[in-house]
Amino acid sequence: MSTLEIKGLHVSVVTEEGAKEILRGVDLTINSGETHAIMGPNGSGKSTLAYSIAGHPKYTITSGSVTLDGADVLDMTVDERAKAGLFLAMQYPVEVPGVSVSNFLRTAVTAIRGEAPKVRTWVGEVKEAMSQLSMDPAFSERNVNEGFSGGEKKRHEILQMELLKPKIAILDETDSGLDVDALRIVSEGVNRVKTNQDLGIMLITHYTRILRYIKPDFVHVFAGGRIVEEGGPELATKLEENGYAEYVTA
Amino acid sequence: MALATLTNYMTPTGREEPWRFTPLNRLAGLHDPQVSLRDRISLEPLDIPVGVSVTIEDAEAFPSLSETSDQIVIRVREGASKLLLLTIESNAEIREPIFLKREVLDLSPEVSRVQINAGANSHAIIVIENSGEGVFAEEIEFNLASGANIKFITLQEWSSRAVHVARHHAIVARDASFTSFVITVGGSLVRILPTVEYTGPGSTAELFGLYFATDGQHLEHRVHIDHDVPGAKSRVNYKGALNGDSARTVWIGDVFIKAAAQGTDTYELNRNLLLSHGARADSVPNLEIETGDIVGAGHASTTGRFDDEQLFYLMSRGIPAEQARRLVIRGFFSEIVSKLNLESIEVRIMERIDNELAEVIA
Ligand SMILES: Nc1ncnc2c1ncn2[C@@H]1O[C@H](COP(=O)(O)OP(=O)(O)O)[C@@H](O)[C@H]1O
Ligand SMILES: [Mg+2]
Repeated sequence: MSTLEIKGLHVSVVTEEGAKEILRGVDLTINSGETHAIMGPNGSGKSTLAYSIAGHPKYTITSGSVTLDGADVLDMTVDERAKAGLFLAMQYPVEVPGVSVSNFLRTAVTAIRGEAPKVRTWVGEVKEAMSQLSMDPAFSERNVNEGFSGGEKKRHEILQMELLKPKIAILDETDSGLDVDALRIVSEGVNRVKTNQDLGIMLITHYTRILRYIKPDFVHVFAGGRIVEEGGPELATKLEENGYAEYVTA
Repeated sequence: MALATLTNYMTPTGREEPWRFTPLNRLAGLHDPQVSLRDRISLEPLDIPVGVSVTIEDAEAFPSLSETSDQIVIRVREGASKLLLLTIESNAEIREPIFLKREVLDLSPEVSRVQINAGANSHAIIVIENSGEGVFAEEIEFNLASGANIKFITLQEWSSRAVHVARHHAIVARDASFTSFVITVGGSLVRILPTVEYTGPGSTAELFGLYFATDGQHLEHRVHIDHDVPGAKSRVNYKGALNGDSARTVWIGDVFIKAAAQGTDTYELNRNLLLSHGARADSVPNLEIETGDIVGAGHASTTGRFDDEQLFYLMSRGIPAEQARRLVIRGFFSEIVSKLNLESIEVRIMERIDNELAEVIA
């Protein structure tokens, strides 16, 4: 059982006009097995929250804390956070020219597990994970995210999550740019990992569509850099009907 | 004859266009007629397969096959009394690479002249491995008869004091194909001129290069391709990385499409990756076109810094910073290295690159 605890998190970015505060006091606790949907309008700071937890150097934490099972996440390097059990499925996965998917996956899994996976079982493990996500085996010889379609990038993110077996995963708009079939395949992947590994999930989304496939236990409305309302799945239904207007003007 | 040429010899001053990037004071006198050059052949073949001969010949019996205005190459032609001649028989299909090794262990300047004749429809891979710390000027002329297919790999794995100035000229006949890989990772000053001329249609030249400069290194590659027959093709792709504030690289890509060269198809590319702030990469593509009747002609040149987003992405998957950097840089070069198709050399080059990186990080 793991717990990610975010307390009073304030984050700013450096702009030409100086520091600009984006997160203004975020409090959120995610336990293993729980799915928390973070829903909010564009520009409200959802990706900033995700990147700040993962340790992207662009974001400066001005106050607050993030801990995973009591350990100070903000004190860890980016790779240490991943080794501690955090995973971020990115809204815009990055292309790494000349590095094949198979080399990338093997390197990452070796780093996370602390030893190289056994060649024989590893090949099978990757093959199976890929076929469950309806990915062509030829995919593993392509370069990381290079020339991938939007849907391929998202499947590739979930494939990594499946192999890296994190404790807590942050999925940043994993649903964006997916057609219905891809959305279903990706959602099934997330649910599979959740069941098998008792994963805790922060599911960031703009739309309620993905919540039909991945059932949230908690829904948090995010606006202006903080959580402005919290509830159960019924809150998502309300958002579907009314949108974010009342939160943005408030 | 020697005297006549010497009076024509103009010592480069550094103001001439071909010399303006080169630090002449680091040439150890290769360009200076006051400095005498040792006349010796330090290149040694390992195994010589059936269908190939390697002989040492009197230079006068084998006049140069091409024209040059490069002053140091002129000195090579003047100064070399012997020449290494490598001949590949017509129709020979040589599967194993032909390795030639040069390991120079002293710094007195020397010249080296080589001619490589590939008979009609012959196939071969020629690998030259340079290591140690020599100071030398070389010219290699390749003469590809029709239908010949030659892959040439030259490795500059010099130690840090070496000076190497060279011209590698290919004459490519009808339907012949010349592919070269110029891999420069060592040396104090390296200046290589990979040049190509065509003598018949259907001919192809593909010139690949990889260079990695660290502190105190000047690595210069000056590609020159003359299209003056119809229907020839050229491709150029050179990639370089620079690590260390005094690392310098120069890449020149001169491609000339003459009026007679209808149907030419050419593309040249140079990419540089700057890994530290003071490092400087000069990149000058130059395409001159005298006929509109061509298949295609293009060039691209980019010089950029290391992409921190790639580093973040890899690290967010648990990969430590240093390993992530190595992965990105190996990835950058893999486009070139993977085309070598010689596993032992691929591994060696990638390891050398890892080491070059590690040295600066440490
Ligand atoms: N480098 C930056 N300079 C200025 N503003 C930025 C920078 N990075 C992000 N922002 C701003 O921060 C806000 C939150 O962005 P983001 O976290 O991406 O929102 P979301 O993911 O909810 O759409 C936006 O208004 C965005 O314009
Ligand atoms: Mg976002």
